Amino acid sequence: MSRHRVKNVGYDDDDYYDEDGYESPDPEEQEFLKQCTAAVSQHLRAAQPSVTATTEEIQEALWHYYNDVEKSTSYLRGKKEKELKKQQTAAVPKNNVPGFPVPSSPPIAHFSAADFFRDCPWLNVPSERKVNIMVESLYPRLGLLGGAPEAGGKVSKLAALAAQRKKKEGEKVAPTPDAPSKPQPERSEAPSPEPQSIQLSLRERLAASKANKSPKPSETNGSLRRLGRSGLSAESPAQKQPSPESTNAELSTPDQVKQTQDQPKDEPEPQQAAPDMRASPSMFASAIVGDTAGPTMAQPSHLHSSSVDLLKIYGQDHAEPFDFAGPSPDDMVLNAQNTAKGFKSKNAASKSAGDKKGQADLAGGLKDLSVEEKVTVKSKNLDVLEEYNKSNRKKSANFVVIGHVDAGKSTLMGRLLADQGAIDQRTLDKYRKEAEKIGKGSFALAWVLDQGSEERERGVTIDIATNKFETESTAFTIVDAPGHRDFVPNMIAGASQADFAVLVIDASTGKFESGLKGQTKEHALLVRSMGVQKIVVAVNKMDTVQWDKGRFEEIEQQISSFLTTAGFQEKNIAFVPCSGVLGDNITRRSENPQGSWYTGRTLIEELETSERYTHALDQPLRMTIGDVFRGSVQNPLSISGRLDSGSLQIGDQILTMPSGETALVRSVEVDGEPNDWAVAGQNVVLNLANIDPIHLRSGDVVCRASSPIPNVTTFTAKVLAFEHLMPMMVDIHRGRLHVPGRISKLVASLDKASGAPTKKRPKIVAPGTVARVVVEMDQAVPLEAPTRIVLRHGGSTVAAGLLE
Amino acid sequence: MRLIKNKIEHGGSGTVTLCPEEPEDMWHAYNLIRPGDIVRASAIRRVTSTQDTGSTSSIRVHLTLEIRVKSLDFDPQSSQLHVSGQIINETAHTKIGQFHTLDLELNRNFTLEKKIGADGEGVGWDSIAVEQLKDAVDEGGKRRAEAVAVVMQEGLAHICFIGQFQTIMKQKVEMSVPRKRQGGSDHDKGMNKFFRTTLDTLLRQIEFNTSITSGSNNESVRPVLLASPGFVAAGFHKYIQSEASTTTPGLKRLLPSIVVVHSASGYLNSLAEVLQSPAVKTLLADTKYARETRLMDDFLDQLRRETNKATYGPREVESAVDQGAVGRGGGVLIMSNRLFRSQDVAERKRWVALVDRVRDVEGGDVRILSSDHESGKRLEGLGGIAALLTFPVVEEELDSDDE
Repeated sequence: MSRHRVKNVGYDDDDYYDEDGYESPDPEEQEFLKQCTAAVSQHLRAAQPSVTATTEEIQEALWHYYNDVEKSTSYLRGKKEKELKKQQTAAVPKNNVPGFPVPSSPPIAHFSAADFFRDCPWLNVPSERKVNIMVESLYPRLGLLGGAPEAGGKVSKLAALAAQRKKKEGEKVAPTPDAPSKPQPERSEAPSPEPQSIQLSLRERLAASKANKSPKPSETNGSLRRLGRSGLSAESPAQKQPSPESTNAELSTPDQVKQTQDQPKDEPEPQQAAPDMRASPSMFASAIVGDTAGPTMAQPSHLHSSSVDLLKIYGQDHAEPFDFAGPSPDDMVLNAQNTAKGFKSKNAASKSAGDKKGQADLAGGLKDLSVEEKVTVKSKNLDVLEEYNKSNRKKSANFVVIGHVDAGKSTLMGRLLADQGAIDQRTLDKYRKEAEKIGKGSFALAWVLDQGSEERERGVTIDIATNKFETESTAFTIVDAPGHRDFVPNMIAGASQADFAVLVIDASTGKFESGLKGQTKEHALLVRSMGVQKIVVAVNKMDTVQWDKGRFEEIEQQISSFLTTAGFQEKNIAFVPCSGVLGDNITRRSENPQGSWYTGRTLIEELETSERYTHALDQPLRMTIGDVFRGSVQNPLSISGRLDSGSLQIGDQILTMPSGETALVRSVEVDGEPNDWAVAGQNVVLNLANIDPIHLRSGDVVCRASSPIPNVTTFTAKVLAFEHLMPMMVDIHRGRLHVPGRISKLVASLDKASGAPTKKRPKIVAPGTVARVVVEMDQAVPLEAPTRIVLRHGGSTVAAGLLE
Repeated sequence: MRLIKNKIEHGGSGTVTLCPEEPEDMWHAYNLIRPGDIVRASAIRRVTSTQDTGSTSSIRVHLTLEIRVKSLDFDPQSSQLHVSGQIINETAHTKIGQFHTLDLELNRNFTLEKKIGADGEGVGWDSIAVEQLKDAVDEGGKRRAEAVAVVMQEGLAHICFIGQFQTIMKQKVEMSVPRKRQGGSDHDKGMNKFFRTTLDTLLRQIEFNTSITSGSNNESVRPVLLASPGFVAAGFHKYIQSEASTTTPGLKRLLPSIVVVHSASGYLNSLAEVLQSPAVKTLLADTKYARETRLMDDFLDQLRRETNKATYGPREVESAVDQGAVGRGGGVLIMSNRLFRSQDVAERKRWVALVDRVRDVEGGDVRILSSDHESGKRLEGLGGIAALLTFPVVEEELDSDDE
């Protein structure tokens, strides 16, 4: 319900009208307005039941009638008298004479084309009569527009209303007989040839409906005249007055001030009981009598007298059609305006309440129709950056564990987690038992991270696994990457989340060498080209070579020379000999006397030397979706990933690319803990609402609608070739994003140091060369510069580089 | 395609009557028929007649229409060829010059006429066209059965039909499979669902009847290649096995024809790797296709070794031909047949002239690769034309072009 209220607030704004361009602070007009206002108020007070109206009311009436003093007067009179009557009604409820308005002049004929052309020869219409006839129904469509049934649901709205009307009619007051018949010159000009092409503005009709609570004949005339004349008056929109509230101040002559002061007193009088006695013909009736009846039709009195029963049944009110039509925008605007202006007459209030109810019904109906329930989450409107600065968290670091397949990455990390107490002993024992059952006892530690059934069965990590542990100074997040060459795409996804890398090397005989040819190099190159600066080399399985110092040094020497050529700085490379299975030199020093030669840092100490990493907090939000899953019953749709830049909080509206769909952040989990916000660098789970999961795939990018990431089908990149590059098919990787594409053009090969082109349009780019290439993709993909991308072909990495 | 009648004259003009028998024949027809040719085929045309009173009635009439081809529209997925152009024969129902689109149908003859017109108007039966005709008409009937490949990775599968001349991607299955998570079994569930969908799609595409009774008539089942990185294909194979032994025993007939191979990814890029696997090689050995793939591999190998004995791109190849590098003793001109499908007659003439020159004057070898095949696609990336050279050609610096 609160949502509907919010909707109304949108209209509850005075400058709605101020924007319509008719606002003219022309002094002449204002002067004229002042005069008119004075005249009207005089008229009002002079006539029989002397009534008073506030300046504002008068001005509004004037505005509606384009400064026609008489009409405004009659309108206001009608309104005020009704209010007066209401008071009387409250006092004397038993004064029940149904009165029918007898118009003192024939009102405007309902337009009928047949009538109009009556005297014209067929197909030979005189040219002066040729006009565009727009037959707009004089009355709003009735009947079936009632909308959703009321709460009861049983009685149709129409029937309910008819009943209500009948009741009202019963307690209706007699009309004041002595309505002053005023000169009404405008009557003569009323029957214009195109009376019904009138753009009968809703506002006018509404004004009429507000005014026409009085059964006074003169009033009826007024309203009818208005209906008829609106087409004419529309011709002079320039005369429109500035909205009353803006000129209010300068217009308040002393007595007007008094009126204004009086106003609050008589305004809150009960009006909702206002009986309506004039009834416009029903749909049915107008169908029968409407067009054929011609000029007589619009004579409500005739109709009334002839078919009272019918009309009583349908209880249609001529001047108040919008009770039926339900809430129209103008309706709401007017109500809102009245409210804003302090015109809080009960009438308006009750009406708007009714409107709201109708709206609620309507919206409720819509809600029933829509399959998915929209969820709204209130944003706490936090200043996330400030919160982040206040939060005073531990230094956090993500690191990816890479290396050749079977180097012992998962086992090493399992050991690390176990020793750090992130995994309890019971779970570990369980894993051990299960692993032994299938004859793979040595895999027990790896099972901490290899949770997939297939991974356990085959003893190979397939997808990345994240886990976390804390030391005194730092909160670490482990990203355990698969080593198998087929799963390098997954490893790229893991590496894109990392601040630094741990390269695990199998020290056992033969394995190191095969690893070097295999993924050891590829992984190291990949993490380097993805922006990782620091690398810790864990020389694993030292126990299988009896902690041979020579072996360690050999490996150290080979790897460090390779890493330096790959672009790692010497100071950012560290070597630790260790044993994952036994746990030597991981969190504790090796107790093996053979390994006592090593006095350097253990692996955990080495990890802790990592400095605090800074992230682009103030950049626009970017997050690559790592996974889309069903979190729980409460959170049927969750995405996980790492915030690349920016920040977000609960209640934020996010945009997912390339689908371009918006979603609402229902809740945020940072490292598994619920939080109100998240900033760049954190691993988060976002529970989303108001989006279909079909629009979310891993590799999509979350951003904000205010600064969306562009979807591109072609891009230029400066890449380092690992293998020969030529125009060819490639797979493009960026984090989880993995799309097929092709190198369509080799723009130039570049000088490695300066970046200056050395050769334009080379036919082929040799490994180790930097080149600028154009890559095309079949589908649009969210990519923007500067982003690090990896190009792969046929299962091996052919190039990596930076989007330009 | 059956050749019903062949009346190609010495000069290059002439007509042939062909009968397409397989869907792939439509692809041949697509390559054979050029704008400007005259095609005669049976057609169904809706004829609207107006009576004197002004009322109209329309009837469908069966006609044999002859049209001068304006454009061709080929739908590779359903192997349908629509040839549209202006009618040039008078019938009771049509006037000359009216437009009609012929839908060529299987097992219905059509006649194709190519004329050498006054300059530029039609090129007649040039050497390429004759060659294509030979390709299209499967004389020895030794066309090998095609294979079905399912290239997959987690949550993604492409089902393709590999034929002699084209590889058609029939359907793509894409599904979001949750990744492995701490203590979640979503991944396995998701994979199972993915396998189920893929299997259903595959069976629908190969029109495999799973009912157990249909197995008796011994219909031949095409080889099915399951390719993926990692264990997805193996997992899928296992899934099919378990389905065959539990719910749908009819699948047992499919099992012997399944081959699991490795591919680098689940995208069509990696189809090349699939087709090079030993299992496929024995299957498709000595088909045109296998030769094409080998040729492309040779070419790329030369390019990689930077011996300057391989070049690609229209201008580069033409200049190499000018220097006589594509001649006897190993010179091979490799072209994509897309170049001959060009709407522009002059363009086609240019390539035909180049081919004729290499073959007849220079004495080199010419291979036309199917652009709808994997090797052809690789060639497309290089501009559709490449050449293996007999001697290294130093490429001149093309500084002027800033393209």
